[in-house]
Amino acid sequence: MTTEAAESVEAAGVAPAADPGFLQRTGASIEYILIPGAALVGALAVFGGFVALYGKNPLDLYFYMYYGAFGTAFSWQNTLTRAAPLILTALCTALPAQLGMVIIGGEGALLIGALSATSAALALQGAAPIVVQTAMVIAGMIGGGLWITLSGGLRQYRGVNETISSLLLVYIALAILNHLVEGPMRDPASLNKPSTREIGAANMIGSIPGTDVHWGLVFGLVAAVAAYVLIYHTTFGFAARVAGGNIRAAKIVGLSVGKLILTVCFLAGSCAGLAGMIEVAAVQGRTNANLAAGYGFTGILVAFLARQNPLAIIPVAILLGGISASGGLLQRRLGLPDASVLVLQGIIFVFVLASDALYGRIGFLKGKS
Amino acid sequence: MADASLGLWTVPLAVFGGAIRVSTPFLFVSLGECITERSGRINLGLEGTLVMGAMSAYGISYLSGSPWLGVLAAGITGALFGALHAGICSLPRVNDIAVGIALMLLGTGLAFFLGKPLIEPTAARLPAIDFGWWSDVPQLRAALRINVLFLIGVAIAPLLYWAFKATRWGLLIRTAGESADAARAMGHSVLLIRLRATMVGGFLAGIGGSFLSLFYPGSWNEGLSSGQGITAVALVIFARWDPMLCLWASLAFGGAAALGPALQSVGITSGYHLFNAAPYILTLAIMIITCSPKRTLTGAPAELSITR
Repeated sequence: MTTEAAESVEAAGVAPAADPGFLQRTGASIEYILIPGAALVGALAVFGGFVALYGKNPLDLYFYMYYGAFGTAFSWQNTLTRAAPLILTALCTALPAQLGMVIIGGEGALLIGALSATSAALALQGAAPIVVQTAMVIAGMIGGGLWITLSGGLRQYRGVNETISSLLLVYIALAILNHLVEGPMRDPASLNKPSTREIGAANMIGSIPGTDVHWGLVFGLVAAVAAYVLIYHTTFGFAARVAGGNIRAAKIVGLSVGKLILTVCFLAGSCAGLAGMIEVAAVQGRTNANLAAGYGFTGILVAFLARQNPLAIIPVAILLGGISASGGLLQRRLGLPDASVLVLQGIIFVFVLASDALYGRIGFLKGKS
Repeated sequence: MADASLGLWTVPLAVFGGAIRVSTPFLFVSLGECITERSGRINLGLEGTLVMGAMSAYGISYLSGSPWLGVLAAGITGALFGALHAGICSLPRVNDIAVGIALMLLGTGLAFFLGKPLIEPTAARLPAIDFGWWSDVPQLRAALRINVLFLIGVAIAPLLYWAFKATRWGLLIRTAGESADAARAMGHSVLLIRLRATMVGGFLAGIGGSFLSLFYPGSWNEGLSSGQGITAVALVIFARWDPMLCLWASLAFGGAAALGPALQSVGITSGYHLFNAAPYILTLAIMIITCSPKRTLTGAPAELSITR
C-alpha cells in the first residue's frame, strides 16, 4: 500500500510534503530549484540545436528570446499579461494533482468560464460596472468550476479516467463556444470573425495604475497564494493531500474522499474559468474563437514545471509567459514559424519529466542533508 | 438530379461512406494504442504522433511524388515518437500519462513548425479503389471509393487478435502487461518489450496520420486533427483492449464524426459545430456507461496505470 501511495503522489508530480528535518528540507528545496533549472537549460540547448539545423544562429535566438520576454518595459508588460491566465490555468492542473488526479482540461474550463462571464455581462447591460464585473467573476468561476467538477464526478462516481475525460471536454467546450458564437449569441455586426456582442468599454477591467498590465495579474497572484495557503496551511488541504497520498488511509480516518474530489475540482475549474473571464474582460472584450489560444495547455506545463506547487507556479508562469511573449519577435527578426514557441514548450516538458528521475540521486546534495 | 431522387437517403449513405473514410485514422491509432496498452503502458502522445505522421507523410509525398513513401515516412516518424515515449518512461519514477501529455504538445508543435511550408503545395494523394463501379448513383459511388489503407487496417485487426491469442510475441506483450514481475521471472526485459510495443503502436498511429493528410481530408493544415488521437485512445478502453472490438468501435466513431458533414450536405447547418463534437460526446457517454468505480474493467491489463 505504501509503495502504491508513493506512486500515486509521484504520478501527479507532487513533491513529497513531509520533511523529517530542517537540513534535509533545505537539501530538498535546493533540489527542487536545481533540477528543473537544469532541465530548462537542457531544453534551451536542444531547442538551440534545433534552430541551428533550421539555419538560424542559436545565439541570436537566445538574445531575442530574452529581449522579447524581459528586455524592455514593453516586453515585461507583454510577459506579465500572458502570465496572468497561465497562473490560473496552471492551478487547474496543480490543485487536483494534490489528490493524485491528472486534469488537463483547463482550456475547456477557460472557454466555458469566458462564455459564462460574457453571458452574465450581456444579461446585466446597463447595471453599474462594478456589479457587472462582480457578476462576471462569479459566473466565470462557477462555469469553469462546474466544467472540471464534471471530470471529477465522473472519476469518483463512474470510474472514468479524469485525464481523458477532461481533454474530451475541451473539444466539447470548443464546439459549444463555436456553436453559440456563430449561432444564438452571435453579434450580427461581427462579419469576418463571428463573436458575441461586446461587454461594453465601461465594464472592462482596466490596467494596474502606471502600467499596461491588466488587473488579471493580481487575480492570478491572489489565487495562487490562496491556493498555497489552502493546501499547505488548512485542514482541508491536509485532508486533500492525505487522500492524494493514500485513498484507503483517507477513508479509514473518515475523510469523505468524494466530497474532497468534487470540491478540489470545482476550485481548480473556477481558477481556469476566472482566466477565461479575465481574457474577456481585460483583453478581448467579447467571446470568440480567439480565446482558444492554448493558455489551458501551456498551464499544464507550468504546473508540472512548478512541481504542482501553487507558489512556484507564479515564477514559472512568468517564465513561460515570457517565452510566448518572445514568439512574435522570433517570427519577425529570425523568420521562425509561430509554432516555435510550441516546440520549445514541448521540449521543456519532455526534459522536465525526464528530470524526475534525478531526484534524490545527486551526490553533493545528498551529502549536505 | 440524383440528389433529389435520393432524398433523405443521402444522410445515411453519407454517414456510411463517412464511417469508412473517417474511421481509418481511429482504427490505426486504436490498434496501435491497443498493442501499447496491452504491454502495460499508456501512450497519450498518439494525438501528437498522429499530427506528426500527417505532416511527414504530406511532406515526403510532396518531395518524392510517391504517397506510399509518405505513408512509410509517417510510420517511421511515429515509431521514433514511440521510442521517445518508451525511452523516457523507462527512467525511474517517470509517469507515462505525463510523458504522453508532453509528447502530445511536442508532436503538435513540431508538426506545425516543420509543416509551415507545406500548407500551400499539393502533394500526391493515396489512390482509392472504386468498389461502386456497378452503380449509377453518384453518392453511392462516392461512398464506395475505399482507400487501401482502410482495408489494411481491417486486415490488421483480426491478425492482431490472433497474434495476441496464439503467438509467442503476443503472449510476451500480454505477460508484460499483466505482471511485469512474471515477465522478468521468465527472463525477459519488460522495458524492452514495452519499447517495442510502443514503437509498433507509434508506427500504426503515424500511418493513421498519413491517411488524414494523403486521403481524407487530403491536405495538410494545422486544424487537421482535433482530438482524433485522444478519442482513439479512449476508444481502446471502451473496446476492452480487444482488436476486433477496436475495429467495430472505430467504424461507429467514424459514422458519428461523419454525421455533421452529412447533415450539412442536405442543408441542415444549424448545430453544425455540435454535430462535429459528436465523436467526443459519444466517447464520453460510452466511457460513462462502460466504466465502473467499483471494479477494474474486464480485459484491462493489470499493469496499466490508467485503470488503477
